[in-house]
Amino acid sequence: MFASPIHHYRPKHTTGCERAVSPLLTYLNTGTLALALVFGLALLTSVRGKDSETKGSVFPKNTKTEIVIDNFTFSPATSTVPVGATVTWTNQDSVPHVLTSVDNQFKKSPVLKAGQRFSNTFATAGTYSYFCSIHPRMTGKIIVK
Amino acid sequence: MSDYISHDHEHDGIDRRGFLQCMAWAGTGLLWTISGGVLVSKTLAQIAQAGDSLPTATDLSFLQISDSHIGFSKEANKDVTATFRIALDRINAMPTPPSFLIHTGDISQLSKPEEFDTFDEVLKSCRTKDVFYVPGEHDVLDGSGKLYRERYLKSVEGKGSGWYSFNKNGVHFIGLVNVLNLQAGGLGQLGDEQLEWLEADVKDLGSSTPIVVFAHIPLWAVYPQWGWGTSDSERALGYLKRFGSVTVLNGHIHQVLQKVEGNVTFHTAMSTAFPQPAPGTAPSPGPMKVPAEKLRSMLGLTSVRYLQGKSSLAVVDSNLS
Repeated sequence: MFASPIHHYRPKHTTGCERAVSPLLTYLNTGTLALALVFGLALLTSVRGKDSETKGSVFPKNTKTEIVIDNFTFSPATSTVPVGATVTWTNQDSVPHVLTSVDNQFKKSPVLKAGQRFSNTFATAGTYSYFCSIHPRMTGKIIVK
Repeated sequence: MSDYISHDHEHDGIDRRGFLQCMAWAGTGLLWTISGGVLVSKTLAQIAQAGDSLPTATDLSFLQISDSHIGFSKEANKDVTATFRIALDRINAMPTPPSFLIHTGDISQLSKPEEFDTFDEVLKSCRTKDVFYVPGEHDVLDGSGKLYRERYLKSVEGKGSGWYSFNKNGVHFIGLVNVLNLQAGGLGQLGDEQLEWLEADVKDLGSSTPIVVFAHIPLWAVYPQWGWGTSDSERALGYLKRFGSVTVLNGHIHQVLQKVEGNVTFHTAMSTAFPQPAPGTAPSPGPMKVPAEKLRSMLGLTSVRYLQGKSSLAVVDSNLS
């Protein structure tokens, strides 16, 4: 229903009175668009809200997140997880890596050989930066919300 | 330049394989000669053609081996102990044995006592008994390098996390540690304490003293994207600027790369275990799998000779094929 006014105004842009009417039209157009956006967003938010509530009840706080170490890279490099989530890293490289928290925010992993996994549960909200202490160019981040 | 070990596309009329066989020990390589501050490099092929002789009457020769990675058993080389042994056989076959060896790190794959045991056991077969070490990041996975220090740095009385210096035949050797306390997102690191020590260590040396610095991770920015560099190496090199001849020997990147900057020659050695890709030519610096028959041509060691009175150091790489 909000799309129709735009369509309605559009042909007028191409008419001869365009120059005189244009500022008003622009104003109207913007206004209508803004209204449509606000309404649309509200609709989306309400749907989303309901969705996450449902999810929350089905999956309590112990969600699991997987991070792969491959080609000297953490994938994904940044993960956002809920409080209480358990993050598991799997080393798919043929070289060892050691997961190390910047400022010791969580326990350092043992040396992860090819195929080995390491998990940590994040009980407190915050941003946890980490890297590989053998290959410090490899960095990643866990955002706990 | 890293390619010259494995490929010879120069079409200079010399069959590479044949040349290698003829040259036996000397193998492939560039001969670096620093004379009066002027650096000259020649391929061994050029030297042979010109009829020049290799420096035979040397006052000091030593050998660099690196990145043995004992314990590694993946596709890139399933028997790193065997290739390490071949490297030692090459040393034993030299007409004049080197005065000593320098091992520039990554003796082991996982810092395990049994890996160090295997290395030590195999090393016993080497005719040259004096070995000077600096750790690689694979040797200090316990975080402090305690085990490594106890085993390999006791005799040199390493300062701080294990750095030290010594003199041989008028050459000043400096072993540095740049694999500890690495920071997130960073490169190799020497740290303030080591840098201050270095400044004091060379302070009273005459500028004509030839300097040889060795450390695991390159002390120049080979390829920072892969962590191939040392964040505070500039400061270290600043203390060495006034010297007429500085040779920097590193490992870590498992291939030969050379760079000359003023009076400083940087050189990285091949591994005795497995090759790694040239900077930026692969998604990551992981072990490079090459056909079995090619592997030994990409592993090797580095011989360094110093001619006293000529302030020259010649660095020659040779592979294991």
